[in-house]
Amino acid sequence: MLLGKLSLDALPLHEPIPLITSIVLVLGILGILAWITAKGSWPYLWNEWITSVDHKRIGVMYFMLGFVMLLRGFSDAIMMRAQQALAYNAPGYLPPEHYDQIFSAHGSIMIFFVAMPFMIGLMNFVVPLQIGARDVAFPTFNSVSLWLTATGVLLANVSLAVGEFARTGWLAYPPLSELKFSPGVGVDYYLWSLQLSGIGTLMSGINLVTTILKMRAPGMSYTRMPVFCWTALASNLLIVAAFPILTATFAMLLLDRYLGFHFFTNNFGGNPMMYINLIWAWGHPEVYILILPAFGVFSEVISTFSGKPLFGYRSMVAATMAICILSFMVWLHHFFTMGAGADVNGFFGIMTMIIAVPTGVKVFNWLFTMYGGRIRFEVPILWAIGFMVTFVIGGMTGVLMAVPPVDFVLHNSLFLIAHFHNVVIGGVVFGAFAGYTYWFPKAFGFRLHEGLGKAAFWFWLIGFYVAFMPLYVLGLMGMTRRMQHYDVADWQPWLIVAACGAVLILCGIICHIAQLVVSIRTRAQRMDDTGDPWDGRTLEWSTTSPPPAFNFAVVPDVRGEEAYWGAKRKAIQAGRLAEEPKYEAIEMPRNSPTGFVAAFFATITGFALIWHIWWMVLMGLFGAFATFVAFAWRDVEEFEVPAEEVARMDRERRQARLVIVNPELRA
Amino acid sequence: MSAATSTAAAAQNPHRLGYRGLGPHPSDHGRSPKRIIVGYGFWIFLLSDFVMFSGFFAAFAVLSGANAGGPSGRELFDIHNIGVETGCLLLSSVACGMASLAVDARNAVWTQLMLMVTGLLGLVFIVLEVREFSGLIDQGAGPQRSAFLSSFFALVGCHGLHVSAGLLWLGTMMAQIYAKGFTPNMIRRFMCFSLFWHALDIIWVGVFTVVYLMGVAR
Repeated sequence: MLLGKLSLDALPLHEPIPLITSIVLVLGILGILAWITAKGSWPYLWNEWITSVDHKRIGVMYFMLGFVMLLRGFSDAIMMRAQQALAYNAPGYLPPEHYDQIFSAHGSIMIFFVAMPFMIGLMNFVVPLQIGARDVAFPTFNSVSLWLTATGVLLANVSLAVGEFARTGWLAYPPLSELKFSPGVGVDYYLWSLQLSGIGTLMSGINLVTTILKMRAPGMSYTRMPVFCWTALASNLLIVAAFPILTATFAMLLLDRYLGFHFFTNNFGGNPMMYINLIWAWGHPEVYILILPAFGVFSEVISTFSGKPLFGYRSMVAATMAICILSFMVWLHHFFTMGAGADVNGFFGIMTMIIAVPTGVKVFNWLFTMYGGRIRFEVPILWAIGFMVTFVIGGMTGVLMAVPPVDFVLHNSLFLIAHFHNVVIGGVVFGAFAGYTYWFPKAFGFRLHEGLGKAAFWFWLIGFYVAFMPLYVLGLMGMTRRMQHYDVADWQPWLIVAACGAVLILCGIICHIAQLVVSIRTRAQRMDDTGDPWDGRTLEWSTTSPPPAFNFAVVPDVRGEEAYWGAKRKAIQAGRLAEEPKYEAIEMPRNSPTGFVAAFFATITGFALIWHIWWMVLMGLFGAFATFVAFAWRDVEEFEVPAEEVARMDRERRQARLVIVNPELRA
Repeated sequence: MSAATSTAAAAQNPHRLGYRGLGPHPSDHGRSPKRIIVGYGFWIFLLSDFVMFSGFFAAFAVLSGANAGGPSGRELFDIHNIGVETGCLLLSSVACGMASLAVDARNAVWTQLMLMVTGLLGLVFIVLEVREFSGLIDQGAGPQRSAFLSSFFALVGCHGLHVSAGLLWLGTMMAQIYAKGFTPNMIRRFMCFSLFWHALDIIWVGVFTVVYLMGVAR
């Protein structure tokens, strides 16, 4: 009673694969904790990172979270590929109940805990710097968002060791996900982990929209914002408009499961088709929430490494906002086969084809930006070029499936799987890596190793094609998704090729890890002293690498598009820096443990809800409320950086910048 | 030559594509004051909350005919009781408006008094709602009875939860105003609270119309 549904049976004592994985994971985590304790790093971690409300640190932590979860999601992927390569007329090595958990976890984790943290991390880090702001609008809530996302991650991973994860696919369609057909805790783990992290995402969205609309530096009018800020604005508007639908939908399914409601049951008037409509009314905008910031990254990267302003800036902005609106009008193409009728399917099919138009505009703008430019083939633009080729293929298969009769043939086949991996890996993941390589020197003050970065790119690119092109073929051969085993001999060779592709991607991931380790160890060779390692065009390159907590010693006064490029040209022509400004003291928000403590209680609440431990639920909720009251009660919210300190730091920056205006100094 | 001229022309004419105007932008003065930022952010939160409610409204619209042989709204709803509930909630918003006048005048006594009235009327609303819910459950018309009742309890209950959370917020804020006085921080929070409270009225107008009035007319 005291522990609800929780008992020793929840531990995977009789299943070797999850048992060994959990033991290794627990030991790994304990090892890391012990190592931190041994090095005495806790005070540093607590003061500088865990309680930090600095948007740059929070952005970095989001990105790290995404990368760690990429490893988890990728292990799921390679296990599935191995299973399918083996399972022709054979059981393979994964029993069905485990295989089902793996594909559900793979999808949920990759979208919610890899792609989302990557994109939110980049936006968090870059947007305030690009618009010339000192922080986001609500710094403490930013930290709450991060740690609530971590809560979701934690709960999803606890399911590995305690209990089970959902076996219902990444969107948990009812009636399968109803209590009657999924009586275990798997779906509850899924729902609560996404519900809690969803609150965090919504708060991030509100935060960044407010930041972009209300905190731009003087002169940074809308049509002077870098395109990344525009795409971030569009993406966060979509978060604000779409995530509440997800919250409501999951709340309904939770009510069905916990209190016997009948929203989506197949008796008492419940309507499972409503769930599918509601979840995709969130799900389709979600696709654009992920891809729009990636488009922004590519716009920045392509313009910088082509040494040209972005071609068709205004058409880029218009295309971004058009996608933002159209993304709410296409959701039904995810279930043409549900039977809404020819007229409805026809409408959504046409809308889906229309939404490809602004994306096409963007691709041409990027191509024309490169045309006639002096392209420097550094790692970020390699990702951008790889993206353009790959994404166009993925987009075309998408438009193909937008034709309802074609979709009736291809629905839920591996063709669909190939299509969305083609756009998500080719778009979002490549975008994340381009942004990672591009802004890494800004975040840490040194560049990443170039050779290993190129190796990672080629492994990922080739690995992607080898892994997913066979899936298109298999889809056309009639293979459906989520098959634990099969009896068609013709499929197996293609599945073996796909598994080899997954191994190539694994090599790409290993190169990434190696790149990070090598870059840190040999950072002295790649220091970024000027703060402008790529000859950048936007404001983040005008400050030091890494930037001070307050970002800019003096809030930039923006004159014209490409704020930093213009100022830099002027200084180079004049052969000297602008006049030294008058320095003033800067008020910055104080660090706060609110986010971490609130998320701690949220984790307790979530875990208790999953296992029906009601007293613990109340305790967790009360703790979270008390945390916020304590936060609301504090008197001193800001600390002051004295003017002399600001002046000292900025004079150092100016000194380092002399080489930019006077290249002879570089030698 | 001509290309250069046309580029130069585009740079001058603010209505042309490719306009690269220089100098400060007339409509842009940099970062807004904190009061604006907080209010703006809170508005966006409210809009997102409306979107969440729209999910529940949509579910209700879809399921409102799905009685599964059970009672319909026409048989269940006591429109007089709902009228009193509505009156309480709207009057509580009037009191909240009075409180904001008192805050503007920096009058602590009237502020606390009016916030108290706001809270008490909200509490009456919640008590009436809980009574309505328990009455329905007692006659076997609980949320487990049919999809229609599920969506009814979820939508109205979600609004009720919002009001309850608002009451918790209100109590905390009254204690804070008592302890700290009218600091800029408290004034901003009060502004957000009053936005929240009025927004719940807007939701309730929707609930009252779509659930109750259309329910008894059906």
